[in-house]
Amino acid sequence: MAPTSARVVVAGASMAGLRAAEQLRAAGWTGAITLVGDEPHMPYNRPPLSKEVLAGKAPFESLAFRPRASVADVEWRLGTRVVASRLAERTVVLDDGSELSYDGLVAATGMRPRRLRCPGPLAGRHTVRTLADAQGLRAELTRPGARVVVVGAGFIGCEVAATAVGLGAAEVTVVDPLPLPMVGPLGELLGRALLARHKERGVRFALGTGVAGFAGEDRVTGVILDDGTVLPADVVVESVGSLANTEWLGGNGLDLTDGVLTDEQLRVGGRPDVVAVGDVARFPNARYDGVPRRVEHWCIPTDTAKHAAKVLTGAEPAPFAPLPTFWSDQHDFRLQSFGAPALGMDDVRVLEGDPAGDVLVGYHHDDRLVGVVALGGPAIASAAARHRADLLKQPALTA
Amino acid sequence: MKVVVDMNKCQDHGQCVFAAPEVFQLDANGRLAYVSDPDDALLDEVEEAADVCPLQAIRIEA
Ligand SMILES: Cc1cc2nc3c(=O)[nH]c(=O)nc-3n(C[C@H](O)[C@H](O)[C@H](O)COP(=O)(O)OP(=O)(O)OC[C@H]3O[C@@H](n4cnc5c(N)ncnc54)[C@H](O)[C@@H]3O)c2cc1C
Ligand code: SF4
Repeated sequence: MAPTSARVVVAGASMAGLRAAEQLRAAGWTGAITLVGDEPHMPYNRPPLSKEVLAGKAPFESLAFRPRASVADVEWRLGTRVVASRLAERTVVLDDGSELSYDGLVAATGMRPRRLRCPGPLAGRHTVRTLADAQGLRAELTRPGARVVVVGAGFIGCEVAATAVGLGAAEVTVVDPLPLPMVGPLGELLGRALLARHKERGVRFALGTGVAGFAGEDRVTGVILDDGTVLPADVVVESVGSLANTEWLGGNGLDLTDGVLTDEQLRVGGRPDVVAVGDVARFPNARYDGVPRRVEHWCIPTDTAKHAAKVLTGAEPAPFAPLPTFWSDQHDFRLQSFGAPALGMDDVRVLEGDPAGDVLVGYHHDDRLVGVVALGGPAIASAAARHRADLLKQPALTA
Repeated sequence: MKVVVDMNKCQDHGQCVFAAPEVFQLDANGRLAYVSDPDDALLDEVEEAADVCPLQAIRIEA
């Protein structure tokens, strides 16, 4: 199928890039594959960066993915950035000024943390996306008596707060303009249950307030809230969402608002030779309402890579329709989600257990179950898994 | 083929069970049990299981 000189270029050499290369081989692509990634490392697993690795329970070295034997011959251009692209000429431009031509292009450049734009010093303020980020943060969290403020009560913020408490930080406070942690993706019922659990385990909260600025001269000494209150802080973690790395695709007439827009086959800009995979892809899910969304879940790099590799090698599979799956480990409990809770926020029911203990919550749309989330120990996570088959079998949800 | 799960890493997510139920199972206590020498015909499923394990705890040896 591929002429011997044919080449696929994969921009972004993390999980989605690696999986794309492996799946291209599985789909029968025998041509060259070049992965270009701006981090100096081979692909590694990110979820432990806010959990086991930050806690010191697993070494940094344990994160590396084990690539399949089928990709032993691919070319890795690490420490190299793609800075521009000309899709009409099937060319990408690298940061050393050189150009690479391609027969197929995979956009796998993922996300970077959004930063707070308010006045104050930068030193002592952290984000958690890369290995280097987690190493830097761990060094400061393990200082005796550290007072930690986490800005943003989303899943990374909640995980980091839990890990910091586990590491023995003197004070850990989570700040968020919303009234409950993770209330956007999980809703109020679980948001309240999470809040109670975090408080019981020693996390403090300043909710319903934003951050106005940072106190300190050379280094942050406190977080200034909207009403002027100052929370003393030695370490600040900003977990306030992420921005898609799409600048390199500019100038090609693509829709790059919040990720790379794809069609239901993960193709970009209607081109047969360009696909997007992983966190950066904003795709319609044929299982749901057809509205294109980005999905920052760990299962998505693998799911998108599998589909996109088929498309790039000339197949026309049924439209992409993954079942989103998500977990988060915080303190001694786990959140395990299957399906799309966000589409069933108006009808949330307790399916098993009790919000004060282990609980399984169902999210419904038009009386139909569209997502489940378990909160608690392994038994309740298994209960969530029992609904997975039903969620998979259901016909598409039409808006 | 030979399958090895690093039980120090495994946190009983059970994602491998969805991918290759013939090879991986969760027992009544929710702990992972698996076949360590599955038939080579199951390679695709086992590779998929290794891919989807959040802890990357599954190793396949030829
Ligand atoms: C701390 C943390 C914890 C997480 N925990 C969970 C969890 O518990 N459960 C869950 O379901 N999900 C979790 N996730 C989400 C999951 O890890 C991501 O969905 C996944 O990493 C996405 O992979 P990706 O390859 O699409 O993107 P990324 O991993 O972001 O990879 C993109 C790569 O491209 C590189 N790049 C960017 N721009 C360029 C360029 N112009 N040229 C070359 N290279 C470029 C980047 O440096 C990066 O290496 C977590 C994420 C983080 C950060
Ligand atoms: S998916 Fe991985 S962590 Fe989960 S049960 Fe299987 S081996 Fe263990």
